[in-house]
Amino acid sequence: MNIYEYFELLFTDYTLRTITLGTAVLGAICGMLGSFAVLRKQSLLGDAISHAALPGIALAFLITGAKDSNILLIGALVSGLIGTFWIRGIITKTHLKTDTALGLILSLFFGFGMLLLTFIQKQPNANQAGLDKYLFGQAATLLEKDVFLMMIVTGICLVILLLFWKEFKILLFDADYTKTLGFNTRFIDILITFFIVLAIVLGLQTVGVILMSAMLLAPAAAARQWTNRLSTMVVLAAIFGAFSGVFGTAISASQNNLSTGPVIVLVAAVFVLFSFIFSPGRGLLFREIRFRKNRRDLELQKTLQFMYGIAQTHENISHPHAIKILNNFQGFTRKTLQKLEEKNWITLSGQQWAMTTVGYKEAKNLYNQQEQDD
Amino acid sequence: MKKNIAIQVDDLTVAYNYKPVLWDIDLVIPEGVLMAIVGPNGAGKSTLIKAILGIIKPIAGSVSIYGKPYDQQRKLVAYVPQKGSVDWDFPTTALDVIMMGTYGSLGWIKRPGQKEKKAALEALEKVGMLAFKNRQISQLSGGQQQRIFLARALVQNASIYFMDEPFQGVDASTEIAIINILKELRKAGKTLIVVHHDLQTVPEYFDWVTFLNVKKIATGPVKEIFNDTNLTKTYGINYKVAINK
Repeated sequence: MNIYEYFELLFTDYTLRTITLGTAVLGAICGMLGSFAVLRKQSLLGDAISHAALPGIALAFLITGAKDSNILLIGALVSGLIGTFWIRGIITKTHLKTDTALGLILSLFFGFGMLLLTFIQKQPNANQAGLDKYLFGQAATLLEKDVFLMMIVTGICLVILLLFWKEFKILLFDADYTKTLGFNTRFIDILITFFIVLAIVLGLQTVGVILMSAMLLAPAAAARQWTNRLSTMVVLAAIFGAFSGVFGTAISASQNNLSTGPVIVLVAAVFVLFSFIFSPGRGLLFREIRFRKNRRDLELQKTLQFMYGIAQTHENISHPHAIKILNNFQGFTRKTLQKLEEKNWITLSGQQWAMTTVGYKEAKNLYNQQEQDD
Repeated sequence: MKKNIAIQVDDLTVAYNYKPVLWDIDLVIPEGVLMAIVGPNGAGKSTLIKAILGIIKPIAGSVSIYGKPYDQQRKLVAYVPQKGSVDWDFPTTALDVIMMGTYGSLGWIKRPGQKEKKAALEALEKVGMLAFKNRQISQLSGGQQQRIFLARALVQNASIYFMDEPFQGVDASTEIAIINILKELRKAGKTLIVVHHDLQTVPEYFDWVTFLNVKKIATGPVKEIFNDTNLTKTYGINYKVAINK
């Protein structure tokens, strides 16, 4: 099956449609909430939370003996939340720094989770197979009810975001100030963190414990490159996330053996790479172009300034001078002289140059502009 | 000169990790003064402001604003944090940051409307930044960012202003612009408490001063207590400044 067939099948094949819808919704909610995680500089929190969810999945299975995805997700949610609050507790109660706390909780919970997984696999129970799919995720196991749950959570999350938009924004920008205005910053903080944990847990089945944080961060990091508005960033991140989900699913479905989670993450990474290079405001390409253009302009201006200095000393500003006298000044080349002539700032004839009135005015204003800028 | 008491601090003690940062501070600040808090690095100047504002929880002591606990008087108080305390690469504009000053009176969930926008624009004009209203905040200079923070507090239309080093890293023209606004506020009867580092400008800018070094060394009118004895007590070395009276 190639990509075109996939998109044709999308309208007829029920399973494919469910999976695609699921990954799209997942990408959208992760992109939205990821924007907040990135702006709070809590990028790694997502990684810690997703790893912390693993023992919850294993314990939920051990306790209930059932492999119902909703029950496992509740387990993941509980242990993810416990992990999150432990991290916060460690940061506020001890001298340890955030990165240490994150690393500690991440490896502790993940280690415990892996231990439980191997324990489960050793048990003589036919039901135990397939729990390890939560490590790397398996989109093919998405059922309609899973997607339905994702959509409900995304809807609630959207309503909360719209309601508390102002509060989220100000907390992200300036938490101390928010407190002085009388807002309960703890409540806003917990609300936002809870939804981040929820989004991560929802994605575990599809993308898996190990790669889940990329779903959260990549669309947000890409979106930040294109805009200087928070609202646009959140919307863009949601769109990037949704497209990563759809394209990732399409690629993995058309190449039979590729697992969906890693492909989705890679597609998201392509969004990031593209944004880092090609975004007009912050992208590397345009920054380089602006840099070169500035350097060229500066060279022109320096030469013009030098000529202005010479022309100033003469009664007639358009009095011709030998090009040679520019020699002790390093900034000029044949090309800059030609450029200056093109702009009608100087006239060239033979080995001599002369300033025009336009050029003289331009050079004079150059000084003024610089003074105004300071 | 009998004045109302704007802020009263009793026995305030703050500690980070068992080490006291502020020790048993008693402070009475009369209404309508422009007060500098001076002291060496680590003296607890910012901490004092943050403890009064409830950003940091003190281990002992109480604060009252016009005779009532701070929680009931929030709307009377505005805060200008240190410029370096936020990430200026945050995706937002100058006008948007100033609008945040209206969030407190709006309360939960309600969005700012035309009235709030008008107030924000007026504040922008007051700090001479109207031309930059749609500028992404990372593209503002340090001085401009400081003006934005000041404008955000102005929008709150408070009676008491707390400012944490508003002159830090700004050029001469911004410093003059800011001090003129502060003096104007005082004339309008507001009370201003400013963490300040440049001792040379204290007599020129302020009419009230508090010397702080973990403990309160002295507090009172600049004319009476801004002298070498208090400076030496606060900074620990034999400090001499030329004060032109």
